[in-house]
Amino acid sequence: MNRLFDSILPWGKALCWAVLVALLALGVAQAAGDDALSRISPVGMVQVEGEPPIEMPVAVEEEVVEPMVAPRPTRADYPNIGVSSRAIVWVLAQLHLFFAALVLAVPLFVLTIELLGVFTGDERYDSMAHEFMKISLTGFSITAIFGGSLALALFLLYPDFMAYMTHVFGAQLMVYAGLFFLESFFLYTYYYGWNAFRYGNLKWVHLTLGLLLNAAGMTIMVVSNSWATFMMAPSGVNEVGAVIGNIWEVMKGPLWNPINLHRFIANIAFGGAVVGAYAAFKFLSTNDPEKRAHYDWMGYTSNFIAILAFLPLPFAGYWLMAEIYAYSQQMGITAMGGILAWLFIVQAVLIGTILLAGNFYLWAGMSRTDGSERYKGLIKFIAFVLVVCFLIWVTPHTLILSASEIALLGGSHHHILGPLGIMPAKNVAVNLMLVVTFLSFQLYRRSDKVATVSWAPMGNALMVAIYVVAIANIIFLGVYYGYFTNTVYKVGSSVAQVASTLVVIVAGIVIDTLMFKNAKTLPSHWGRIPDRSQYALFALPIAFTWLMGLMGYVRSSVKTHWHVYTVMKDNSPDNFIPTIGYAGNMITIVTVLFLLCVLFMFWVANLSGTRQSKPIAVVEGGVA
Amino acid sequence: MSVLIKTLGFSFALTLVFTLVTYLLPQVEGEAPVEKDVDLNTLTMDDFIAMGEDLFNNKGTCTLCHKPPPIGRAPDIEGFDMVAVSIERLADERYQGDAKDAAGYILESMVAPSQYVVATWGKKGSNDTESPMPAIDKAPIELSAIEMDAIIAYLQAKDGNEVTVSLPLPEDAAVVADTGSAAPVDGGLPAPAATVDEALGKYACSSCHSMDSADTLVGPGLADVGARLSVEEIRESIVDPNAVITEGFPAAMPADFADKMTVKELDMIVKYLAEKQ
Repeated sequence: MNRLFDSILPWGKALCWAVLVALLALGVAQAAGDDALSRISPVGMVQVEGEPPIEMPVAVEEEVVEPMVAPRPTRADYPNIGVSSRAIVWVLAQLHLFFAALVLAVPLFVLTIELLGVFTGDERYDSMAHEFMKISLTGFSITAIFGGSLALALFLLYPDFMAYMTHVFGAQLMVYAGLFFLESFFLYTYYYGWNAFRYGNLKWVHLTLGLLLNAAGMTIMVVSNSWATFMMAPSGVNEVGAVIGNIWEVMKGPLWNPINLHRFIANIAFGGAVVGAYAAFKFLSTNDPEKRAHYDWMGYTSNFIAILAFLPLPFAGYWLMAEIYAYSQQMGITAMGGILAWLFIVQAVLIGTILLAGNFYLWAGMSRTDGSERYKGLIKFIAFVLVVCFLIWVTPHTLILSASEIALLGGSHHHILGPLGIMPAKNVAVNLMLVVTFLSFQLYRRSDKVATVSWAPMGNALMVAIYVVAIANIIFLGVYYGYFTNTVYKVGSSVAQVASTLVVIVAGIVIDTLMFKNAKTLPSHWGRIPDRSQYALFALPIAFTWLMGLMGYVRSSVKTHWHVYTVMKDNSPDNFIPTIGYAGNMITIVTVLFLLCVLFMFWVANLSGTRQSKPIAVVEGGVA
Repeated sequence: MSVLIKTLGFSFALTLVFTLVTYLLPQVEGEAPVEKDVDLNTLTMDDFIAMGEDLFNNKGTCTLCHKPPPIGRAPDIEGFDMVAVSIERLADERYQGDAKDAAGYILESMVAPSQYVVATWGKKGSNDTESPMPAIDKAPIELSAIEMDAIIAYLQAKDGNEVTVSLPLPEDAAVVADTGSAAPVDGGLPAPAATVDEALGKYACSSCHSMDSADTLVGPGLADVGARLSVEEIRESIVDPNAVITEGFPAAMPADFADKMTVKELDMIVKYLAEKQ
């Protein structure tokens, strides 16, 4: 074999040189032949003796190519296929986004769990991370199927819009497509190489593959986010939509990074919640104590991921809304104070459900440890705060009332409940709900430990003081700046409220980490948790899925009757914002479809581990 | 199987609860603005005022921000007598605009909101020098000159003041339609000009500017504009005429040429003017 290479090598070198020389020659010829006129013209006038001067062709002034402006399609330009084009795109886009969020998030926390397994030396982490990947693997194909269907639907139903978007983003779309090849390569080598690269240095190769998988996935996400944010707040184009900037200027609109951050965090919370439902289902389906312990632990870990990612989400959402207001106050108010404002009542119900379910699961989980008895007395107070804050949050601002109802109420707003409908009251409620949810989490984490450091009483006192000051600060800022000063201060004070909440969370983590270092550990019994607690793990993904659908509807609707805000109008028959009831129906349809697809995904994952028993041939008179 | 039925049942039931909540809320549709045909031959002042009120509440989206305190994010226009308030603001020493009367002030506040920002209502950090309000003759609101006049008429009439804007004439509507001020419902565009002469005629530049002398008509003469301004300054003075106004001239130039002109038309006009030295 080596001889063969040796004989081929000189020929190969010669061939390479020949190709290189040919390419250079071609390049020179091409450069020289670009413009013959330009090479002749400097010579001056050409004239044969005795003949009249030859008329040289005058260089024609290069025609100015007019940049493509945004099209203005008429209603007739939108294909009519007999059903609402928007409804079709809505369902396909939402299903694509649900699965995309799931398959981008799972590798993120899988990599983290795998790394945890490496550092702790506990193989259970490694096995769990592998199982998380296994159950989400089909999700990649489902994402691609819905993504392809969505692209086809858009090109078919909104041809002018897609022509414009394709023109604006140009070659970036090819980069986007190329990233899928990269992601697929890393996905399959990461998943199928799990056991091949399990120990020693090969484990680091495997972790690198996971990191590259996540890098490819994240890049895909931020690239596609730029299309959505361009539609909301176009950049890199002029008033009539002609491209005047490079692709980077088109991508980095004012809302791009806020959306990137918000989706990044929300994806993790969503992914954690979905795999938590898988663990809950497996937990409920078995009576084997060992399996119940495994799936209980898996469910707890998933819930931990979901809630941990969920806690900072309102702050990312706040940044996004602040940037929307900064870009266009009109757009911000359309979302928060116009007809879309009613959706935030539904949002309150959904987030309330998530927080109640998350807290309930933590309280139920305390039964795993004997040391939790110390803290169970606090649960009723936490529950009371959660319920009261939830009710404040869902109190509507204005009510549609008849004349007699207004007379009965003494005005358009109730004299006690009216003030609870405006933003300051809701800011107080949301922040308090987050603070007590963190308290539940902190108590849960402490329930199987006893601090042994000498300063433990002082640490506890400090923690209590931080809670008291933060809660007092949140309430004072909300009441004083919300009701007794100018509107401008309302927004400013909410930043300080959020800061108070963050201080509690950060201080809690720091104090507990130091205080429970080398703490005495009490026995913990995985699997010892009531069955009803597992339903909280189903409530979480359902509420998350519905919430994502709802917020997607708000995000898209703030553009009102524009495909690309202020640049390209939507003249289609669906260029209005539908009622909240219609939106609710659509969101429910996509949620149910997603649920069924996820069931299929889990079923396929389990199918791979199932092996049919070899049939036993039966012959007359007995077994062969 | 019973676990599957129980968990699916729970999940579907919870989904339906969320759907039910949406039906407890007001079912309001957000209609896209529809261009209405108005017969200007039979239009009365009362109709014009009613049209202004409708524009104020709907297409103009004014009430999104201009609400009574504490929920308003802009001064409560409907709660004020805007004629009296306008006169007060014109007398304010901070006022640097060009309006001479209430109607002019209201118009200016719509097309150039940052010209005078009411104290405490400016953009955060701008020290009341920049308004958060968009110019309503531009996207996304895009009110035409007639529509803005209708709003002025409404704001004058609602408190019993004399309406000083005049009723639009049918010819005005033709001009508005020709220049495509309000984008037509069918999305059609006026034909782009092929030459610079066509473009200058289409946008009626010579109605206000003398092209061949330094004589002042409404705006300054442009015979030597290429010597006075750079190409970029000429471009800016067309697409954003209120950014820099030649001393001694009112802010009378339409601010919506950027929306109306095609890129080629704008380039042709800029090039033509830059060569005038």
